[in-house]
Amino acid sequence: MITQLSVFLQNEAGRLEEMTAAIAEAGVNISALCVAETAEYGVMRMIVSDTAKAVEALREKGFTTKLTDVICVETPDVPGELNTLLSKLAAEKINVSYMYGYSDEGTAKLILKVSDPEKAGRLLQNS
Amino acid sequence: MIWNETTECMSRDQMHHIQTQRLKETVSRVYQNVEFYRKKMQAMGIEPGDIKDADDIVKLPFTVKKDLRDNYPYGLLSAHRSEIVRLHASSGTTGKPIVIGLTRKDVNIFAEIVARAICSAGGTRDDIVQVAYGYGLFTGGLGLHYGAENLGATVVPISGGNTAKQMTLMQDFGATILACTPSYAAHIAESLHAAGVDTEKLPLRIGIFGAEPWSEEMRHRIEEGLHIEAHDIYGLSEVMGPGVACSCSMHDGLHIAEDHFMPEVIDPDTLEPVKDGTMGELVFTTITKEGMPLLRYRTRDLSSLTHEKCECGRTNVRMSKIMARSDDMLIIRGVNVFPSQVESVLMNIPEATTNYMLIVDRKGTMDTLEIQLELNEEYMSDEISEINRVRNNIKQKVESVLGISVIINPVERKTIERSEGKARRVIDRRKI
Repeated sequence: MITQLSVFLQNEAGRLEEMTAAIAEAGVNISALCVAETAEYGVMRMIVSDTAKAVEALREKGFTTKLTDVICVETPDVPGELNTLLSKLAAEKINVSYMYGYSDEGTAKLILKVSDPEKAGRLLQNS
Repeated sequence: MIWNETTECMSRDQMHHIQTQRLKETVSRVYQNVEFYRKKMQAMGIEPGDIKDADDIVKLPFTVKKDLRDNYPYGLLSAHRSEIVRLHASSGTTGKPIVIGLTRKDVNIFAEIVARAICSAGGTRDDIVQVAYGYGLFTGGLGLHYGAENLGATVVPISGGNTAKQMTLMQDFGATILACTPSYAAHIAESLHAAGVDTEKLPLRIGIFGAEPWSEEMRHRIEEGLHIEAHDIYGLSEVMGPGVACSCSMHDGLHIAEDHFMPEVIDPDTLEPVKDGTMGELVFTTITKEGMPLLRYRTRDLSSLTHEKCECGRTNVRMSKIMARSDDMLIIRGVNVFPSQVESVLMNIPEATTNYMLIVDRKGTMDTLEIQLELNEEYMSDEISEINRVRNNIKQKVESVLGISVIINPVERKTIERSEGKARRVIDRRKI
């Protein structure tokens, strides 16, 4: 289980850049990200190297932030792995709100926002 | 405490008697000294002798803001210029400014009515009053200043703006009363919280806020934010300035200093006086002013009166809190909308901060009302569906009150301009 940092952003040209600039200035590295958006605003979700430092830097610049518990899972990058993972969660009636991920050199990393992150973490660790 | 118990608690008969005397004097004075009023009264076929009783006030002509502009700068002075010791003026953003001249006696009465107001709000000579109203041509700063001095309180004449300094001095000097506009009070509260100040531990105990319409819900928000009892002070520079009326510990209307300012409430269409309890346009006749007395000045503020004795002991007539100025009314798709209606709804929603802006626009032939709103960070979510749920909830509540559809747009913190004086809550982009 890890902490995800979300930032509320107005859907305006340059706003995303201002946010990343604040994180860069704080010397914080972004390791994963995903943007959810509507016509007027969006929410940028990130996994960063130093959450506390990033929050401080963003708050200083007036950004609205939110911390959420999510789970991060590493799986082999082969067909069917994601399905296997999700079926375990489905069997336990754990809902996935959203997920994002990437694969590289044979392994895939997935960030999942689930209804019960602790339980999901235990379930998936044993696999 | 009651500052002037004799006057503030006098019987209705006595008050009527005083008003009759003073009204007669005022009418004679302006008839003699002000060509504008003489001509108006002559055209209506009335002369000072026709005013025999306070109730005869209805025979007098009305005065509107345009009359003050048309007679700018000194046309309505009823005293020789050498008798005028201070001038105040409105900002004049919507045309020529208006100017008000006060004689020494007027200035003293101003200090008297503000002392009454501060007492009515619970202030005493032991208080430290941080006056964060703007000082200058605007009557707010100097009005509260001299009123608080008259009361014998300690005045911190910091004026408006420079919020960081407001916060520092508030803590260092141990201010117990804050006087400013409600929007600035909300901003100061927000800034104190952002700076990590525990407002519960501050000695601040009373707020005296006015000079712009604000809702009862906003009053509660500010009370919670600053841990104070917030009072509503009413006034307008044409009539005198803040202190024309102020709420008391009952928070059930504002007591009017009616031995100086005779109020009426009229139907703005028929111009006929309405009964107690009925909303209409507030009208004032100044009955002790020397510099620039005004007969039946139409404030464009909407209120109602009650002459019932208040539980606080005061008998002076009460006006209901000003929720709207007729100038602020927006007509959107044919429906009358007051920004304060929107505020009342928003301030009851925990997700909403005190920072909002109404944007009226026209798309094709259709008027649109967009409400931009900064949301409380504690309700921020990483899920769009959750933000949209909050948004829809606010939309439904606002729409049920206004009766027209609105667009709710959550915006980032600090995007909405903060007020250090009179807040701008509406942007009307329609080109009509």
